[in-house]
Amino acid sequence: MENENIIYAENLTKKFGSFVAVNSISFSVKKGEIYGFLGANGAGKTTAIRMLCGLSTPSSGKATVAGFDVYKQTENIKKNIGYMSQKFSLYEDLTVKENITFYGGIYGLSDKEIKEKTEYLLDILKIGDAKDKLIKSLPLGWKQKLAFSVAVIHNPKIVFLDEPTGGVDPLTRRQFWNMIYEEASRGITVFVTTHYMDEAEYCNRVSIMSDGIIAALDTPSKLKEKYNANTMHEVFVKIAR
Amino acid sequence: MKIVEVKNIVKTFDKTTAVDDVSFEVEQGEIFGLIGPDGAGKTTLFRMLTTLLKPVKGNAKVLGLDVVKNYKQIRKKVGYMPGRFSLYQDLSVEENLKFFATIFGTTVEENYNLIKDIYILLEPFKKRKAGKLSGGMKQKLALCCALIHKPDVLFLDEPTTGVDPVSRNEFWDMLRKLKEQGITILVSTPYMDEASLCDRVALMQKGKTLSIDTPDNIIRQFKKSLFAIHSENQYELFQTLMKYEHRNTVFPFGEFLHYTDKRENISEDEIKNYLETLNLKGLKIKSVKPNIEDCFMALMEEK
Repeated sequence: MENENIIYAENLTKKFGSFVAVNSISFSVKKGEIYGFLGANGAGKTTAIRMLCGLSTPSSGKATVAGFDVYKQTENIKKNIGYMSQKFSLYEDLTVKENITFYGGIYGLSDKEIKEKTEYLLDILKIGDAKDKLIKSLPLGWKQKLAFSVAVIHNPKIVFLDEPTGGVDPLTRRQFWNMIYEEASRGITVFVTTHYMDEAEYCNRVSIMSDGIIAALDTPSKLKEKYNANTMHEVFVKIAR
Repeated sequence: MKIVEVKNIVKTFDKTTAVDDVSFEVEQGEIFGLIGPDGAGKTTLFRMLTTLLKPVKGNAKVLGLDVVKNYKQIRKKVGYMPGRFSLYQDLSVEENLKFFATIFGTTVEENYNLIKDIYILLEPFKKRKAGKLSGGMKQKLALCCALIHKPDVLFLDEPTTGVDPVSRNEFWDMLRKLKEQGITILVSTPYMDEASLCDRVALMQKGKTLSIDTPDNIIRQFKKSLFAIHSENQYELFQTLMKYEHRNTVFPFGEFLHYTDKRENISEDEIKNYLETLNLKGLKIKSVKPNIEDCFMALMEEK
């Protein structure tokens, strides 16, 4: 099971009318891998992620996520993945505890499991004192960390993180990446998009989309070597321009 | 004349102090950056300077005019691009531009030379509704609309947030061209690397300024020796350095960790020798110049 593919995509394509948003992309992501999914605005990243999360039916091609088919088994996919984005995460008008209970509930955890998870998260995130506070009253950095913890509350095989660190201060951004590493070391696969190119370097492998295709895919060090660049920022500029 | 003068300005919302005793000045023709994460107070500060919010304490002048008493005059002379998309989604590209020109009592033709370089990129889509444009295109149109009345000073609130690195580079090229035409620019951003593109910056966190200076001077004020360290397993290296008794700070920076030591005058070899005793593979260590993000974190930790 070490080399189990958590994502497998072959010639995956999505068209909107005559516009090809995702043009026959093929790639796979292994268990426990941190996979960076980069690309310019409008390159097709969001469309690709929507297909992989079972929210949008592909026009053609094949893909499985956590072993489930993106055409026929979208409900199974939704139960076996976690998702977090900068825009959509926690309910602002619910308290910390209520959010944990709510997400635990919709992911099918038992009352006992929810109780244990709540205690565990309040302790590890050091937010026990804030457990009855509304999410909207918390600092952004706390919210991001809690949102991530809640996205993996059901021990999904894979978690999709869509620009999780946008607008966060540099210290919190780094603490957040430590959490990502910890989850990955527990075997959860991490699929992450970011506009911070230093964060691309923290990924095991990175793909860069441009005009609907995957223009490059490799480890950060091999990409830098191939494109004769010192940083992932330089690699990105060379490919996306 | 100073283009912007801010003195001990404060803005509170209920119990939250969004801007907490901030003072700075901006000279004619400068690109002045407000650099900081969400919640730093950047947007509130811009709203006070563009006369959309009143300060609770302190005062501010824009083009020599008071932001409370002379708000009507200020509004005619400044250009403002808010962080959230500000255009009319169901008007086309050319309709939006014409609308903004009309409400400022001018025409697109009169100031076309100012926006020409940017508008050329939008022209193929001029009949398209603004709501149907890509993020990069919306950003360019919003900049054109903020410029069409030939303002003396531009306020750009997070114009590059959520924008990919290539489009961000293009946007900064446009700003440099506007600067050459004599327009003073105040721009806010959460991306620390954009600080180096400004003439001067204010680093902001939780409503306060951490430092106001040229990017080079801020970097010069970094007190510690900084080392970049790499090994085959960065996470293991990070854990090891976190436990090291002489460690001051250790932060991931791309493929390296940036490390400072509690001891004075420490050499690369001393750290390398220590790490080698722990059998870390593929060690590389070098002394490096700090960047603005290093400085920002050091200033955050001081507070």
